[in-house]
Amino acid sequence: MKYDIIVAGVGGQGTLSVSSIIASAAMSEGLSVKQSEVHGMSQRGGGVVTNLRLSDKPIASDLIARGSASMILSIEPLEGLRYLPYLSPDGTLVSSTNPVVNIPDYPELEALLQTIRELPHSVLVDGEKIARRSGSIRATNMVMVGAASRLLPIKPENIEHFIQKSFGGKGERVVETNIKAFRAGREAANLV
Amino acid sequence: MTNKVLLGDEAIALGAVHAGLTAAYAYPGTPSTELLEYLLVYAREHGGPHAAWCSNEKTAYEEALGVSFAGRRALAAMKHVGLNVAADPFINSALVAISGGLVLVVADDPGMHSSQNEQDSRFYADFARIICLEPANQQEAYLMTREAFDLSEQFHIPVMIRLVTRLAHSRSEVHLLAARAENPMSKPADSTGWTLLPANARRRWRSLLERQADFLSYSETCAHNALTLNENDRTLGVITTGLARNYFLENVDDLSVAPSYLHVGAYPLPVEKIRQLAGHVERVLVLEEGQPFLERLLRGIVSPPAEIRGRQSGHIPPDGELTPDIVRAALGLPIRKGIAISTTLPARPPQLCAGCPHGDSYRALKTAIEPFPGAAVTADIGCYTLGALAPYGAIQSCVCMGASVGMAKGASEAGLRPAVAVIGDSTFLHSGVTALMDAVAADTDMTLIILDNETIAMTGGQPTILPSSRLEKLIVALGVRPEHFHVLNAHPKHESRNAEIIRPEIEHKGLSVIVMVRECVETARKKRKVKTPATASVATAAEVQI
Repeated sequence: MKYDIIVAGVGGQGTLSVSSIIASAAMSEGLSVKQSEVHGMSQRGGGVVTNLRLSDKPIASDLIARGSASMILSIEPLEGLRYLPYLSPDGTLVSSTNPVVNIPDYPELEALLQTIRELPHSVLVDGEKIARRSGSIRATNMVMVGAASRLLPIKPENIEHFIQKSFGGKGERVVETNIKAFRAGREAANLV
Repeated sequence: MTNKVLLGDEAIALGAVHAGLTAAYAYPGTPSTELLEYLLVYAREHGGPHAAWCSNEKTAYEEALGVSFAGRRALAAMKHVGLNVAADPFINSALVAISGGLVLVVADDPGMHSSQNEQDSRFYADFARIICLEPANQQEAYLMTREAFDLSEQFHIPVMIRLVTRLAHSRSEVHLLAARAENPMSKPADSTGWTLLPANARRRWRSLLERQADFLSYSETCAHNALTLNENDRTLGVITTGLARNYFLENVDDLSVAPSYLHVGAYPLPVEKIRQLAGHVERVLVLEEGQPFLERLLRGIVSPPAEIRGRQSGHIPPDGELTPDIVRAALGLPIRKGIAISTTLPARPPQLCAGCPHGDSYRALKTAIEPFPGAAVTADIGCYTLGALAPYGAIQSCVCMGASVGMAKGASEAGLRPAVAVIGDSTFLHSGVTALMDAVAADTDMTLIILDNETIAMTGGQPTILPSSRLEKLIVALGVRPEHFHVLNAHPKHESRNAEIIRPEIEHKGLSVIVMVRECVETARKKRKVKTPATASVATAAEVQI
């Protein structure tokens, strides 16, 4: 089994948290993991991406090859589309519908979403709305983990365990919000 | 022992600790920063080893050298261009009689994710005539670091560990081994081995040259350089160095015939193994992350019998990072089709954060400089380099740490006036101070603007080596005239007043210095978060790990 995920978003959206929670959960199930991140200048308000690779065998490359990702998990629609050449024809783009418009030439949102809907396999959820309902818009990234969890080869309760662990230091309310966001995201993906 | 999930940088840090590290020094620089950051946290939790940020890479390396002089194990970490700054002590330290293990970790940035060039540090190791180890994964990073300290003490040389971005910033599980104790303190018995007067230096240089045979014999026999010949096939031989091995292994199973294969993880180059491989095949494909270091030596001047393909031959792009797909194409395998996208998507380049004080400073500068459309504005390395992009378009150069100050002086002396230099507080302390001394000595007609955000923002908010208050005293003490020295608050509400103060200083026919102070918004936010953890909202790793 090999499951390559491209996690995309804009600097500050929490793509690294998304990757490390999925990575930790995968390792707890005995999978090998490689998680290649972007730090430094490119992260300042720009597009960010993590290459997250899961496998039941040792993994050589830190980077994902073209046409071989099982999933693009995107917290921002434009950033998700950017990595389509890496998505396997059987793969799924899981994206939030909420744009981060911090560039002057941001495309028309509806056209972007339509492109995503027309892909062979895609899941679109309104991450921000669900996060707000769960307690904080900051939990949008966990809504997206929830939506992705429908497809990930990892048990949802294991992911929840690492959400708990990851946010444990920030108090019970923050943990609760993020767990709620994860569950609501999972629910929303089911309805798509 | 246990397993731990570590970044490449962190695997090296922990490898050093487990090798009996006494002290580590660094200046922050992507992708090397997380190494010392890990050690700082480790030291806080365990009471050691000593870990410290330094003024620049040169002082960091010299401090590590002093630890080695005291017989104990030391590490200096920097990004590739940092080694240019530390090149003087580094090259010379290859001549001294290293006693305590000294390891230099250099993180190269092929693809220039966060750098102004993609120089390959293996050339430096070769230039200094020392051993270099190049890990390809986190486990090797951990083990090679431990080994590097032993090699340093065995051969009495500094040993380089060469990292690249994709390993420095990639996380995986590492199996840890038992820790070794620190070395006891011991002063060198013979100080001539450390005093590079010409007579001693000539002796030490000859000794280093004589020891090359020992380094080579290590490289020919060590497990990092493994050769597998395919006796049934003589068409293709592949040589990988460092990370290229991963991309080769990712693709090799798709080849109908397994090529003969040599991986190089330790330098000097194992020449005999390379000869064996090249002699066995018709064509050699060289896959290396970085510049064609091995390929160039392999190619030499006279054509060898086997055809050599690599970055220099044009079979692999001469610049940028390797990827699994570049290697796949070089092996003659078809690239897998992804999903095509019909429209062109706009890029999302990095930008200054909302509310960033640099933005306010640039707006004030642009107003102040409006009457002088021909003005030169040199700038430097940091977040504020983003002032080159829209909507600011405020600066005209960025070359290396500290260059803005000297370049403004030179431009002014060449007649390009007014000349303004823009530099951050930490970059100024790193290597802008000396050029300011030149400008003070000449009372050059230029204006130096120091953007003081009270932190090293670009690499994630490390503390500057001097606090703002002392930075101001330092500038005055250098001899900058008090009437042409201003400290301004870089707040938007002072923007027009700031512009009014800056303009006459640009007009002034001599040296003026302006410090624009306001704390980085990211650092301020993090401080607030630390103070009130219960009310803090969801922190993302992205926000704390730049």
